[in-house]
Amino acid sequence: MGVQTPNGFNLDNSGKRVVVDPVTRIEGHLRLEVNVDSNNVIRNAVSTGTMWRGIEVILRGRDPRDAWAFTERICGVCTGTHALTSVRAVENALSINIPENANTIRNIMQLTLQVHDHIVHFYHLHALDWVDVVSALSADPKATSALAQSISDWPLSSPGYFKDLQTRLKKFVESGQLGPFKNGYWGHPAYKLPPEANLMAVAHYLEALDFQKDMVKIHTIYGGKNPHPNWLVGGVPCAINLDGTGAVGAINMERLNLVSEVIDRMVTFTNQVYLPDLQAIASFYKDWTYGGGLSGKSMMSYGDIPEHANDYSAASLKLPRGVILNGNLSEVYPIDLTDPTQVQEFVSHSWYKYGDESKGLHPWDGVTEPNYALGPNAKGTRTSIEAVDESAKYSFIKAPRWKGNAVEVGPLARWVIGYAQGKPEFKEPADKLLGDLGLPVTALFSTLGRTAARGLECQWAAGQLRYFQDKLMTSLKNGDLATANTDKWKPESWPSDVKGVGFTEAPRGALGHWVKIKDARIDNYQCVVPTTWNGSPRDPAGNIGAFEAALLDTPMAEPEKPLEILRTIHSFDPCLACSTHVMSPDGQDMATVTIR
Amino acid sequence: MGVATETFYDVIRRQGISRRSFVKFCSLTAASLGLSPFAATQMAHALETKPRVPVIWMHGLECTCCSESFIRSAHPLVKDVILSMISLDYDDTIMAAAGHQAEAILEETKEKYKGQYILAVEGNPPLNEDGMYCIDGGKPFVEKLKYMAADASAVVAWGACASWGCVQAAKPNPTHAVPIDKVILDKPIIKVPGCPPIAEVMTGVITYITTFGRLPDLDRQGRPKMFYSQRIHDKCYRRGHFDAGQFVEAWDDEGARKGYCLYKMGCKGPTTYNACSTVRWNNGVSFPIQSGHGCIGCSEDGFWDKESFYDRLTTINQFGVEANADRIGGAVAGVVLAGVAVHAGVTAVKRLSTKRDE
Repeated sequence: MGVQTPNGFNLDNSGKRVVVDPVTRIEGHLRLEVNVDSNNVIRNAVSTGTMWRGIEVILRGRDPRDAWAFTERICGVCTGTHALTSVRAVENALSINIPENANTIRNIMQLTLQVHDHIVHFYHLHALDWVDVVSALSADPKATSALAQSISDWPLSSPGYFKDLQTRLKKFVESGQLGPFKNGYWGHPAYKLPPEANLMAVAHYLEALDFQKDMVKIHTIYGGKNPHPNWLVGGVPCAINLDGTGAVGAINMERLNLVSEVIDRMVTFTNQVYLPDLQAIASFYKDWTYGGGLSGKSMMSYGDIPEHANDYSAASLKLPRGVILNGNLSEVYPIDLTDPTQVQEFVSHSWYKYGDESKGLHPWDGVTEPNYALGPNAKGTRTSIEAVDESAKYSFIKAPRWKGNAVEVGPLARWVIGYAQGKPEFKEPADKLLGDLGLPVTALFSTLGRTAARGLECQWAAGQLRYFQDKLMTSLKNGDLATANTDKWKPESWPSDVKGVGFTEAPRGALGHWVKIKDARIDNYQCVVPTTWNGSPRDPAGNIGAFEAALLDTPMAEPEKPLEILRTIHSFDPCLACSTHVMSPDGQDMATVTIR
Repeated sequence: MGVATETFYDVIRRQGISRRSFVKFCSLTAASLGLSPFAATQMAHALETKPRVPVIWMHGLECTCCSESFIRSAHPLVKDVILSMISLDYDDTIMAAAGHQAEAILEETKEKYKGQYILAVEGNPPLNEDGMYCIDGGKPFVEKLKYMAADASAVVAWGACASWGCVQAAKPNPTHAVPIDKVILDKPIIKVPGCPPIAEVMTGVITYITTFGRLPDLDRQGRPKMFYSQRIHDKCYRRGHFDAGQFVEAWDDEGARKGYCLYKMGCKGPTTYNACSTVRWNNGVSFPIQSGHGCIGCSEDGFWDKESFYDRLTTINQFGVEANADRIGGAVAGVVLAGVAVHAGVTAVKRLSTKRDE
């Protein structure tokens, strides 16, 4: 029966229940259940995080200088962003300042991740929600070439190129071994691209797969490997040596040239392939306006990419910082991550236990005691869930709230907040894209808008990569080679009882780590991550999170083939290992709970 | 195999790759694996006559760094691995299908390719809470893992999670996450450790198996000898500085800028068996030590619980370091090279996987 949530959504779970588990083309394990009405329109949505690892309790008692390596392993897709957040949190706690070059190199690392992650997401995790691979077999290669050349100068666009690709694809399909394309939703009525656009997109799927391995070489140079490059409290581990003996063992001219060359290719690929593809695909889906959810209402960004080392104020951050509530774009609220009344996590609908579950806890005082139990209306058994009961606990994800508000985080949030602040670097590209597509600004508040904002941000990030690499070269020209500050490297130099917070904008959204350090060891460590915000279950007041809100009111062509659900959920780029890393403060002995 | 599938050679010829390129590919692959020219011929023959092997790639508790690493492979390109060398029929991270359509592939593979498919596992199963700290399709991941292992020809344990337990199994291991060989007891398991493993090591192992129809020679811990039989320290380009007693003493000091040895900064290269200092990372661009940070030992069992990454392996004097370092490494090497059990295990593996191809 229908209820209205405090944050303004109507829920009705009376219709047929549709379950999608596993949700694929994401990081980690996620389950979605929706109810559709007699017209197959989604009227209730339930997002369940189905994994739990426990990195934070494992961190207790360890050396805070090691925390980056542990937290980096929360996620190998957004690799590096947890590590950066961690070293910032520890430096904040211990009042460590890093050299300018270290800040610049960290920004280059983070921006490289942003570009890599957005491109891999668009082509390899999200594209198959819009692109019908099998339809590409019936494309006319000449028409495909004409289409490609009409939207971009990218050189791989001849009729012969597309014909060869189509022949290979045809023979692959005819082999009967479809590999990752097996059992896809080919021919689904929600696919709208003409065969030529599908063929072009498949070509770029493969080109992007080839190119992504080269983008990460920037991480390899400054961090030694990718995935999971190395970081350092106090700076970056790579030393710079341009002139002296042994420069071949450090960052030298050859290394810097390699970085520069990769950046140029990233800029070109983004401008000539990703953005034109995005615009071309969007032009065929303009009428598919679903998936807005919280995006037109409540959004948050912590901000990132500090221009100046050790200055994390909104003025220094190149990605915007602030919160928008109730759809009021004329006011952007400031954020204070140390204020116990702002960021809080609730567990009334999560598989955890608080003393008083009507209240939320700030991460410095966070408690994570598991309490795995299905509600009375769940279907199935303890180890074979058929349907969860969303009126009770139903997810390993907590429900974080900003001053009690559920908010959406991610590229769209960053873009809208930057837009609302009137910053031209956000406003102008968005206006141009919308203008070219003939869409109003409100069209951003949708699945398609989320996907478009990611593309615009990728383009911005590629430009910033060039900016920061140039900044590094200028600094080196001026004779500054410093990459690490070791004044407080030794634990003997630390105060005995301190706490700190570090934040970044991960590709998927706002990410914060809160740490308490006592007698040179980690006393408490808490992470609140983007997919915790977006994938959150309900809170005590009944507010729903971004995933659930975005699925509502979407019509499904064939509910047993959940393409529309995948499309909208993928637009958030979910990362479940991130969202459910949390663990009980005292470890082992978890309450055994029955799911029936 | 008793199914109507094409061989690798058929597929690449259909894809417009010439025989000449094909032979060249075999030679390069053989060379990169350190094999003889004869092996290249053998490889070409195998690829010409065998269908693409179905691979089921499952994810437990993990961070997906292994999948991310796999797609970084430069030789062979991952595109070619997926389109032409194996048939990656199930992999949650990249597959088009979801939910029921995805689950159906597992059933179909089990039936159609019984005893013929490779099970690749990324991550590991938690055993606490009846396995429900990792739920997949509404059920414990461990159940699904055992179910798919039962009819696999061989199992590949990708990365530190599947091989050893990795970060979620670090003390106090609250979910009771275990390496997969604790729950899969009757299948040959090849461990490819690392957090993550090097991309070209991953594709090297897969192409070795599909090419030769058997697992590579393994050490006693189940790791392919071709990539894991030597310590990073053994082939480190900074080894000369170690021997000369030239060390980085502090981050970004003169020694760091000259590329001196990182032993005193906690480098675990002397006790870590992996190919980082030779194959290197991301098409050979660099590896942790080359970029100024010590090795954290991510391919070793229990590396999270061996004190700080910045703690020195042992007390070290100005000279005579070699003896100290080698004593540490030597103890590990002794274990690894104690061969009897290894060979018994490998022979069983060979029998099993050869049988598959008949």
